[in-house]
Amino acid sequence: MDAMLSLSHVSFSYHTLGGETLALYDISFSVGFGEFAAIVGPSGCGKSTLLSLICGLIRPESGQIIMAGARKNQTDDGSPGIGYMLQRDHLFEWRTVYDNVLLGLEIQKKLTPEKRRRVEEMLDTYGLSAFAGMKPSALSGGMKQRAALIRTLALDPELLLLDEPFSALDYQTRLEVADDIGMIIRREGKTAILVTHDLSEAISMADRVIVLSRRPGQVKSIIPISFPAEYDTPLKKRNAEQFSHYFNLIWKELKQYG
Amino acid sequence: MDKISAAQQKFLRDRNFHRKKILLLRFLLLVCLLAVWEIASRTGFINSFIFSSPSRIILTAWQMMADGSLWLHLGVTLGETLVSFLAVTLFGLMTAVFLWLFPSVSEVLEPYLVMLNSLPKSALAPLLIVWLGNNVRTVIVAAVSVAVFGSIITLHTGFREIDSDKVKLIYSLGGTKKDVMFKVIVPGSVPMIISNMKVNVGLCLVGVIIGEFLSAKAGLGYLIIYSSQTFRMDWMLMSIVILCLLSTVLYQGIRVLEKKFG
Repeated sequence: MDAMLSLSHVSFSYHTLGGETLALYDISFSVGFGEFAAIVGPSGCGKSTLLSLICGLIRPESGQIIMAGARKNQTDDGSPGIGYMLQRDHLFEWRTVYDNVLLGLEIQKKLTPEKRRRVEEMLDTYGLSAFAGMKPSALSGGMKQRAALIRTLALDPELLLLDEPFSALDYQTRLEVADDIGMIIRREGKTAILVTHDLSEAISMADRVIVLSRRPGQVKSIIPISFPAEYDTPLKKRNAEQFSHYFNLIWKELKQYG
Repeated sequence: MDKISAAQQKFLRDRNFHRKKILLLRFLLLVCLLAVWEIASRTGFINSFIFSSPSRIILTAWQMMADGSLWLHLGVTLGETLVSFLAVTLFGLMTAVFLWLFPSVSEVLEPYLVMLNSLPKSALAPLLIVWLGNNVRTVIVAAVSVAVFGSIITLHTGFREIDSDKVKLIYSLGGTKKDVMFKVIVPGSVPMIISNMKVNVGLCLVGVIIGEFLSAKAGLGYLIIYSSQTFRMDWMLMSIVILCLLSTVLYQGIRVLEKKFG
């Protein structure tokens, strides 16, 4: 497989005066171009740490993270080839929705008319153009997450990292937004890594599920997911008969190593 | 929503009544205090030479407004307060930004800041007179010294309490520490900065009066000291009343700012 991102033998520990905590141990996996991977595991297994490592916000203590073709975060031309979506939307209340989605371009000093037009198109496509001039508090939870996604996509990253991006939403909104965002990511042809503790979410959105063990996080198994072609959205996949099969499989994996 | 239900109407009526009641009681309290004071001093229950009276205070204010001396003293105190307030706000903000940008520097300076903040600043005033002379500059430096250390500590602490995920967001978008400062920390701290300004304007007024007590040729503080030395209690009490009004006006001024940006 043509790997866009590969991790080999990555370990990381946190240091405090009280001692050293091994958060991740000997992590190896790779993600292909255009693939949607999900990482699941018990809480505290270092899922978020793993994303911070991939994003380049922190460095691994040992092992290597290689991104093919794309540029790593903060390289020569300063552009992050990686977009990072955090748990909450973190839209700034002192900016309008429009100024919020332009934040990345502003920081990268790439506010060209062409880029602005692209962002405006995305706002339009994803039903936010009427709210562009408003403050984020005027938006519903789902709309805020969509705005946060547009903010991430504005920089045209080749790899998207999603850190439980739906966990702050209520259940119904969560299903809708997961559906929404899953489709947006596929339509824009992005490679994505989703971190979640919600197994259904992982199965319904991803092409592959990577199961991590309890701390120190280790890759316990990698399970490819495939559904018949008619189940083409995350919501529909939840109704497929394979869904419960995958669910039970991953559930057993988690219990066994948890 | 053009039709308001009877229950809602009753609620609004009750609220309105309550608001008016409070306003009226506040006003009545003032009138009662003034009346008791006036009557007590007229009937000789208290010595009007020492305790003055509302009517004498108003008369004194009227005379001093007519000959312009009140405006001079008020203007000097107001001017000194505004200049020192501006200096504290700018210097406090700049220093807090600097300390946030260089955490090691802030760690080194922390005990010194804490010590300077808790030092009673009135103890510095005589020193400032020797160093800077008997002039307006001393008054302003005294006022700044009262407010600035607390301001730096408050702002710096506020900056550090900004949600770390918002900071992470900026870094994940490829931003630098400067971007974090000017796109998250400063704009996100505006409400805190304004509430700090409220504290500062009051403290600057305190500092200005301390300064004027010791080294001034004009100003309300000077007027209070001068009238105590010449035993003109009408002047002194009038100055205190004017100070009450001035501090209220300054505080309300910041409230207006808060409504606009807060």
